[in-house]
Amino acid sequence: MTAVAEHVPAERVDADPALRVEGLTVDIRTITGTVRAVDAVSFAAHRGETLALLGESGCGKSMTATALVGLLEPVAEVVAGSAHIAGRDGLADLLAADRKTRRKLAGPELAIVFQDALTALNPLYTVGTQLAEPFRIHHGMKAKEAKRKAVELMARVGIPQPQERMKSYPHQFSGGMRQRLLIAMAVALNPRVLIADEPTTALDVTVQAQIMALLKSLRTEFDMAVVLITHDLALVAEEADRVAVMYAGTIVETGSVAEVFAEPKHPYTKGLLDSVPVNAERGAELKSIGGSPPDLHSIPEGCVYQERCPLAREICRTTRPPLEAVGARRKSACHFPGEVKNV
Amino acid sequence: MSTQIDLVPVKPTTAIVGEADAGRRPGRSVWFRMLVNDRVAAAAAAILGLVFLTAIFGPMLVGDLATHIDLDNSNQAPFTLAHGWANVLGTDPLGRSMLGRLIVACRTTLSVAIPAVVISAVVGSVIGMWAGFYRGWRETVAMRVADVIMSFPSLLLAVVVLYVFSPSAANIVAVLAITRIPVYLRTARAESAELSSRVFVDAARTFGADGRSIITRHVLPIVLPTLLTVATLDFCYVMLAESSLSFLGIGIQPPDVSWGLMVSQGRTYLHTAWWLSFFPGLAIVITTVSATILAAWARIATDPGQRWRLTVPQKRLSRFTGAAKRLS
Amino acid sequence: MSNQLLSVRDLTKTFRVPGARGSKAKLSALDGINLDLARGETLGLVGESGCGKSTLARTLLMLERPDSGTVSFDGTDPFGLRGKELLKFRRRVQMVFQDPYASLNSRMTAGDIIAEPWRSHRTLHPAKRDRDTRVRELLDLVGLGAKAMDKYPQEFSGGQRQRIGIARALALDPDVIICDEPVSALDLSVQAQVLNLLNDLQRQLQISYVFISHDLSVVRHVADRVAVMYLGRIIETGPTEAVFDRPNHPYTAALMSAAPKLDAAQRGERILLKGEVPSPLNPPSGCRFRTRCQRATDVCAKERPPVALDLQVADHTAECHHPLLADQSALSRSA
Repeated sequence: MTAVAEHVPAERVDADPALRVEGLTVDIRTITGTVRAVDAVSFAAHRGETLALLGESGCGKSMTATALVGLLEPVAEVVAGSAHIAGRDGLADLLAADRKTRRKLAGPELAIVFQDALTALNPLYTVGTQLAEPFRIHHGMKAKEAKRKAVELMARVGIPQPQERMKSYPHQFSGGMRQRLLIAMAVALNPRVLIADEPTTALDVTVQAQIMALLKSLRTEFDMAVVLITHDLALVAEEADRVAVMYAGTIVETGSVAEVFAEPKHPYTKGLLDSVPVNAERGAELKSIGGSPPDLHSIPEGCVYQERCPLAREICRTTRPPLEAVGARRKSACHFPGEVKNV
Repeated sequence: MSTQIDLVPVKPTTAIVGEADAGRRPGRSVWFRMLVNDRVAAAAAAILGLVFLTAIFGPMLVGDLATHIDLDNSNQAPFTLAHGWANVLGTDPLGRSMLGRLIVACRTTLSVAIPAVVISAVVGSVIGMWAGFYRGWRETVAMRVADVIMSFPSLLLAVVVLYVFSPSAANIVAVLAITRIPVYLRTARAESAELSSRVFVDAARTFGADGRSIITRHVLPIVLPTLLTVATLDFCYVMLAESSLSFLGIGIQPPDVSWGLMVSQGRTYLHTAWWLSFFPGLAIVITTVSATILAAWARIATDPGQRWRLTVPQKRLSRFTGAAKRLS
Repeated sequence: MSNQLLSVRDLTKTFRVPGARGSKAKLSALDGINLDLARGETLGLVGESGCGKSTLARTLLMLERPDSGTVSFDGTDPFGLRGKELLKFRRRVQMVFQDPYASLNSRMTAGDIIAEPWRSHRTLHPAKRDRDTRVRELLDLVGLGAKAMDKYPQEFSGGQRQRIGIARALALDPDVIICDEPVSALDLSVQAQVLNLLNDLQRQLQISYVFISHDLSVVRHVADRVAVMYLGRIIETGPTEAVFDRPNHPYTAALMSAAPKLDAAQRGERILLKGEVPSPLNPPSGCRFRTRCQRATDVCAKERPPVALDLQVADHTAECHHPLLADQSALSRSA
């Protein structure tokens, strides 16, 4: 497979998205005031396609995911926005759902895979029990039947000798195997939308390749919409179809991966691309973005990126640029998207 | 990859939100301000201060009030000034002023409890840190010794020792100290063992720091707050243990008086002269509770990462206490 | 060669696993490591979990004693030294750790942290004023500014903490700094800053680096030479370009292909290895990589693989029975 991540055919793309997030805003109460961790984030994920939420730590990408699945910490709360998921029973707004609806959606419609499998799996129960759980809860299966499905599932995600390993505990598996288990639990009920929050960050590079290949084949088999949250640009370049770049809680650019990476329309995206040591001469200075990520306590008026942006001007200090179209299916939140190539 | 626990320094919200101005190494005024901000701890500190002052200066000021026997006034009820201001807390069967005895007993009680705690804390912690840091046979031996001491019913041991060697204050201190060593030993060992595998300890080894320097520089400052908390709780235990021993007649011997002894002496009069046991018991409770509160404050104040809690007055803090607890 | 700073031959280290018996009792972490490091050079050390790179790093830092083999540091064997001599020697090798949070004691100020090495080497800066001045110099050198001296680690970001760690590593004026994944825990935009800093320091101070990383694009950028480790052995080593562009060992090729690449032109056929890394408690006989290798044959299980010398590039070697560049290699049984 030498191709760049495949483009989704046009008819598919224009069809209704499996997950449409609009204006998601999350605030965190702190001792010194309220901080806006996610600010009016909007994106759409389509079936059979991988959307990457790309950004560095503190940009709000993980908080977006936890807000969607309803696992926000008590100090954080969703103050605005909607997240419509196209389930088997029609559209449902995840953010407005009550606990009962949420529990019905979790598993069959929406699933999440976290970064650290060891803390996401219960160390006290065998793997078989944990994998059988989604079937027993949602499909009301009897234990034996559920266990059979669990074995099938383990085989599907590539765990060798699944029948024998049903009785093993999570800590008896290696990191890569545990991640497969997490993925198995997530796709058990054939969800429409799968959110993967840094699924391979803690894994070796060869294992990462295996896991991403597995995710891709599962995506095709189950026709899922995958939302991939990561800070790894190369991973996005290889595995994602579309990308939404986040900075300081806002989305600054969206578009197809090929177009955004070839010709970014936001200075932050360009800065990130330049920071990756791709073809730099050994020993040469890497172009780095000066400064450091903003303190969310004191986000400036106007554009969030102004303090590190080489293109910053008067208007950037006063007016926050809205996320607007800069091409076919491309958006950027910058006053001067055309000048980015000169940066 | 290193342990995941080490890799995740703070919950995501704190990483985004950051620490409010954690501040430099605090000067005296900052310590004071931190104490004042926590009103409960400030009250506790004041009470403890009062107790210590009483222990030091009290007997001098009280004179022979505590020993002046006045059989006409025996077992007088408290809270009236009818029998003189000195008897405002009542009198004991021999007519001695409760107030006076309380004050004199304060010194005796503290002069047994504090040395016992200090000795056991120092000895137990040092051995514990050493054993936990080096592991291996040192750890095994130290833990077995601790197990042996712990498996002896301490009161029984105390009874035997004091019976054989006569109950002087020094012997009481020694016995109490020895029986409490395991508590510090085990706590110090556990923390020391955990810390010895931390990355910054490895870093210290790379510059050639030897075990002793590492223990002094890195292990001790981190373990100290826990040990202090243990010590204050133990202080309470020791005071009560001393009172048990006095009750059994092998602790402080009359005419010396301690709070514990007063409690036990008043036992037979509980129905008729409740104040005989009540006030010394109250004194013990107030002292131990204050010490515990102050230890909890000190634990937060000495940790640069937690200090921010004390930089804001308590009232504003309570709005976030639920959240704040989770951020910790 | 006077330029040769560090020379390691046949380094072996096994750990005893407590509580286990028989064959499960010994963990073979390093099994005959050979490497060289010249002055002012950066050697990249690449490998996945369990390959032994941490053990190698710790051994070079003299935190572990090898079971056999020789280490020659500027002509001296550091493991033959004792007491004061060994202490003096420790100044020459220092480490920058991966985790900027765990490697700094959060109860010490930045100034204390950087000055800590001198507490074990009191002859270096006996006067307090000296030490303060030097701390300020080091803080300036790593781009933090003297005011950082009195702040606690919590007041710094990850990238800044890593700079404190680098300043601490420089405190003893070492010849070699072992960088154990120094930028892996940092954000991308900060990674570039720290890498630039390390680069500048190398040019200014002529320090050699042993750069351990799992991020191949970073290694490619910083390293002059690369050594690829697998289950306790260095299975390929050579100049960076040669190892990355013309790998001779199947594992190296798999590793290169597995790493995701930003530039589509650099992507090739992805080689997916079968299975997982075998446990170092019971490594495979003969060639350790044979259980996952698509080119494995019977001889790989029976005999240790020979050294394959790349005929086109000097100093590029791999150990394999069936090297990828078979027609451009000369197989030899040298140590």
